[in-house]
Amino acid sequence: MSKELSVNPLEAEAIHIFREVVSQFEKPVLLFSGGKDSITLVRLAQKAFWPAKVPFPLLHVDTGHNFPETIEFRDRLAKELGVELIVRNVQDAIDAGKVKEETGKYASRNSLQTVTLLDALEEFKFDAAIGGARRDEEKARAKERIFSVRDDFGQWDEKNQRPELFDMLNGKIDLGQNVRVFPISNWTELDVWSYIEKEEIEIPSIYFAHKRKTFVRDGMIWSAEDDIVYREEDEVVEERLVRFRTVGDMSCTAAVLSDAVSIDKVVGEIRESTISERGARIDDKRSEAAMETRKQQGYF
Amino acid sequence: MLRGNRFTLITSTFNLQPNIMEVLKIATAGSVDDGKSTLIGRILYDTKSLTTDKLEAIETRSKANGFDYLDFSLATDGLVAEREQGITIDVAHIYFSTAKKSYIIADTPGHIEYTRNMVTGASTSQASIILVDARNGVIEQTYRHFFINNLLRIKDIVVAVNKMDLVDFSEEKFNAIKAEFEKMVANSNYKEQNITFVPISALKGDNVVGGSANTPWYKGNSILEHLEKLDAQAVYEQGQARFPVQTVVRPKSDEFHDFRGYAGKLYGNDLAVGDEVTVLPSLTKSKIKEIYFFNEKFDKASRGSSINVTLEDNINVSRGDMIVKTGEEPSVQKQLTAKVCWMDSKNLVGGTKYLLQHGVNRVQAIITGVDNVLAPDFSGSEDSDDLSLNQIGEVNIKLAKPVFYDKYAENKTNGSFILIDPQTNHTAGVGFIQ
Repeated sequence: MSKELSVNPLEAEAIHIFREVVSQFEKPVLLFSGGKDSITLVRLAQKAFWPAKVPFPLLHVDTGHNFPETIEFRDRLAKELGVELIVRNVQDAIDAGKVKEETGKYASRNSLQTVTLLDALEEFKFDAAIGGARRDEEKARAKERIFSVRDDFGQWDEKNQRPELFDMLNGKIDLGQNVRVFPISNWTELDVWSYIEKEEIEIPSIYFAHKRKTFVRDGMIWSAEDDIVYREEDEVVEERLVRFRTVGDMSCTAAVLSDAVSIDKVVGEIRESTISERGARIDDKRSEAAMETRKQQGYF
Repeated sequence: MLRGNRFTLITSTFNLQPNIMEVLKIATAGSVDDGKSTLIGRILYDTKSLTTDKLEAIETRSKANGFDYLDFSLATDGLVAEREQGITIDVAHIYFSTAKKSYIIADTPGHIEYTRNMVTGASTSQASIILVDARNGVIEQTYRHFFINNLLRIKDIVVAVNKMDLVDFSEEKFNAIKAEFEKMVANSNYKEQNITFVPISALKGDNVVGGSANTPWYKGNSILEHLEKLDAQAVYEQGQARFPVQTVVRPKSDEFHDFRGYAGKLYGNDLAVGDEVTVLPSLTKSKIKEIYFFNEKFDKASRGSSINVTLEDNINVSRGDMIVKTGEEPSVQKQLTAKVCWMDSKNLVGGTKYLLQHGVNRVQAIITGVDNVLAPDFSGSEDSDDLSLNQIGEVNIKLAKPVFYDKYAENKTNGSFILIDPQTNHTAGVGFIQ
């Protein structure tokens, strides 16, 4: 019997984009956070170039506030892939006085990542940074191109974006410019989870239900396992059964109550869910235009 | 080395699970105030695709703007400038799914100065929704919207006659608009287009997702019912197999020492192991030896798949070359004529140089001349020596090296190109080869 390949259009599109990146740029890098989206990117990159190995390094901008489970996972994955893992720390930028740490109740290092990211792109002369952002995450992201050109300051000029027609990607840039590339632009959160399930991709344990010391603020559940998330004295710590839908900086990533201990149960929960995943990211709630403003400044 | 790690071990059974669904991409077009964003918001709301936090944000803004109803357009108007001006100024992508399909809507703005965004949104879409305000009927903008859908050969078009609530759901009004639209269609030479008319109220929800008690005279489907019945695969372009090589995969590892794979995305008809093929531009002949998707071999691949192909013979193939079935070779030319939609503020004039990107292939191009500008209402063309932003016209181009193309009507992907301004690197225009 003839064995015919069935097409998953989203997967085929992402692979096409990866192959364009390595063909059109001198020195691409994959921005790896240890989260499910960047783990999915790694799998797609493997598929794009097999049997050759992934032809670019991974870059992690470490806020110093990452979940330890994510860091452990990151190191193991890079080793198995046999690709170089570059880690640059936000702490270094703080120590050098380049950025000022936020203080108070909603203090987060999330927005501080931008400076460290731009410095790292400059240091290694990366001309393309591949990221796992999706258009369904947020309204400003919905307008992002697949090849998104940034100027020398890493800025996004949202009013002057290159039109992207058919499958044709224009990655021509001047010296000093770089491009952010988003291969899973057209995937939804559910698409990513379904793919992880189908492909049996391993993800960090914090994505599954586990017992954790937590406290509640503004109707959201925060980790109290260590001192990274600022907590006021009257905010009571309780052990709850929770999981995380995204694994950003601990200080801005809230947990959800869940008993989903396996991938099929997580996918089931996502299907039923009525809160978007960014609803649990306090960094987007600062103002209605929070994401757009950060992107103009060079945020990924 | 990938061998032995857990990623290569578990992929021995690559099958699509039912949870990877059919994807249908839709473009929308409408004039300012036709209610396009409201329609999309309504679809999201009625398919329960708006999450609680997004709904809350819409409620907050609607109240702040002093509305006594939910302003669904706030679900899609993404950029700060747009919210301030209350208009959509760029292509936004919106996602929702039903039990049957995943949908991607390219929300493209309708005012005259943003033709380029409409063309962009439509270029990746298989179906299209054109909005008409029931009070105003077919207006100049409607001609332009249909013209672009026609130029891009969008197979399936839904004409949503909106704001029916404001004309008392009048059947006469609806039929009059339909008749007027059909008069315009008579001028089109793309006869295979399916056009469906639906009377709707995006604000109230009539015939958008469910039916309507207000239009007992309308026996057709609601917009979503119609879209659910479309076969996303069948509305892709047909045509002969075209396999442009994106990159050559040479692992040079112990296990795959002599492996030489040609990676790319397949367009047109199927490609199968054993097919006799010709490589362009060298015209070298060989046979398909293996078709890989990741680490698994297949006998056959269909359009839209991103595969890695090996050939029986050790021949020289590089990026930008194209593998086709022998006997099905496309035109190989250093000159072409195309309809071009101009997208740059600097006019397109004869004698200027651009980079022409055809698929993954880039060649130096010189514009030998602009013939004319097409009136976007099918009324004909006007002689012109240049094309300005948002104009569409017929252009002659000479190339430094030949490209291997089809007519746009025969293969959309292999019949289109973009022009890149070598000074700014901007994508300045898109062409549809005649």
